[in-house]
Amino acid sequence: MFQTVIAALNQGFVKSLEVFYLTLLGAIPLGLIISLGAMGKLKLLKGIIKVLVWVIRGTPLMLQLLVIYYGPGLIFGNNIWGSGSDGRFTAAMIAFILNYACYFSEIFRGGIEGVPKGQQEAGEVLGLTKSQIFFKITLLQVIKRIIPPMGNEIITLVKDTSLVRVIAVYEIMWEGQAFIKSDGIIWPLFFTGVFYLLFNGLLTLLFGWLEKKLDYFKV
Amino acid sequence: MSLLEVKNLKKSFGRIEVLKGINVSLNEGETLSIIGPSGGGKTTFLRCCNLLEIPTEGKITVGDHLIYYSNDGEKLSDDELRERRRHFGLVFQNFNLFPQYTALQNVALAPTLQKMGTPDEIEDRCIGILARVGLSDRLNNYPHQLSGGQQQRVAIARALALSPEILFFDEPTSALDPELTGEVLKVIRQLAEEKTTMVIVTHEMSFARQVSTKVCFIADGVVAEEGTPEKVFDHPENERMIAFLGKLNAR
Ligand SMILES: Nc1ncnc2c1ncn2[C@@H]1O[C@H](COP(=O)(O)OP(=O)(O)OP(=O)(O)O)[C@@H](O)[C@H]1O
Ligand SMILES: [Mg+2]
Repeated sequence: MFQTVIAALNQGFVKSLEVFYLTLLGAIPLGLIISLGAMGKLKLLKGIIKVLVWVIRGTPLMLQLLVIYYGPGLIFGNNIWGSGSDGRFTAAMIAFILNYACYFSEIFRGGIEGVPKGQQEAGEVLGLTKSQIFFKITLLQVIKRIIPPMGNEIITLVKDTSLVRVIAVYEIMWEGQAFIKSDGIIWPLFFTGVFYLLFNGLLTLLFGWLEKKLDYFKV
Repeated sequence: MSLLEVKNLKKSFGRIEVLKGINVSLNEGETLSIIGPSGGGKTTFLRCCNLLEIPTEGKITVGDHLIYYSNDGEKLSDDELRERRRHFGLVFQNFNLFPQYTALQNVALAPTLQKMGTPDEIEDRCIGILARVGLSDRLNNYPHQLSGGQQQRVAIARALALSPEILFFDEPTSALDPELTGEVLKVIRQLAEEKTTMVIVTHEMSFARQVSTKVCFIADGVVAEEGTPEKVFDHPENERMIAFLGKLNAR
């Protein structure tokens, strides 16, 4: 029995991991683009981004999942996601990437704007180019500033992956819960907690290590 | 002929005219101190010279090189700005050292990126410059491990490493505890003795009097009084300068 459970949970965990890393892969670049737009000169773009970030951060991710998955079908009478599991997974990824990109964008913006103006000016009077200033001076200071909030956000993401089950993407908790119906046992559901704890434990160690690596200077 | 020529320099922020036509000229090897009341435009003047702010009007030249001329009317490209800034170095009030680099790396960064020699040559030269400002034993310390006075001396070394023709200082000691100002002033005094051309905004009147060959009193965006330290401090003619000195003496 134990082996059956572990096998099922492993399979669910692989799905959870997929949601996790695909979200990071999409949300980090998109978040960077959004943060650059938010700091840019175009007033209209800034306004749009402000509203988007407000809506996304002001409503539950679960609601966003449901709206993105069911919305097109209800509003246009046209379920663009199809009926298969692939479509549900794509919808889930779009919701997750959009949601996390908005959170990341605010972290990036805070990190970039937190670098004192004087750092750039010092680079300018030393005759450095814009890109030298960014890569040799600003970037590492930004990274140091954003590592702690990014760590928090990424650990939240691990736990948030469990939300995709509301549109029937079979992640680990879904698999665990299925044993209640099929075998009348609840411990597999609780056992999923071990997976979360181990994975988040690893991430905590990783971020702790990164913070330590950049401890040699103060910003 | 003078090295630095600033003619009728004006700068407005929005509707507010901060510099209302500044004229300054400075010979090679001279030290100019700029004094004046808070908000008078001293920092803005330095920032305009270094093109951190683009002047609204006027002309700045260094020797035969044009730094800024409003009648050109063109918007300067980033490359053009860098080329023109090359003549100057600027030391900030709050140092602005790069926190992720050691003292030596701070000094060596720009010469390295500008390929001013082989890495070994650059390192040797930068170690030599740090020795001149008395920091031979601090080469491998990060800024947060240094006192304010030491940080400011690293910042001076960093500016010197590019051998600018004119070195500007914006209140180099006013972010420092009183007991640390001496070591920074000593370095600047030594530079003056070596005939480095310098422009120093300062509130240290006795220092200004000792090291400068020339003093400018900037108030309300104009040079209200200028001349040798003796003339400006001992025989001021301008009313505002007299009032300014009066306030200082009353303290
Ligand atoms: N970027 C800016 N935008 C708007 N106003 C500015 C800006 N920079 C400076 N000013 C204004 O210009 C005036 C002159 O400022 P500046 O910093 O040049 O004075 P200062 O002589 O250096 O004074 P202090 O002795 O206090 O350093 C001030 O009234 C200031 O508010
Ligand atoms: Mg000032």
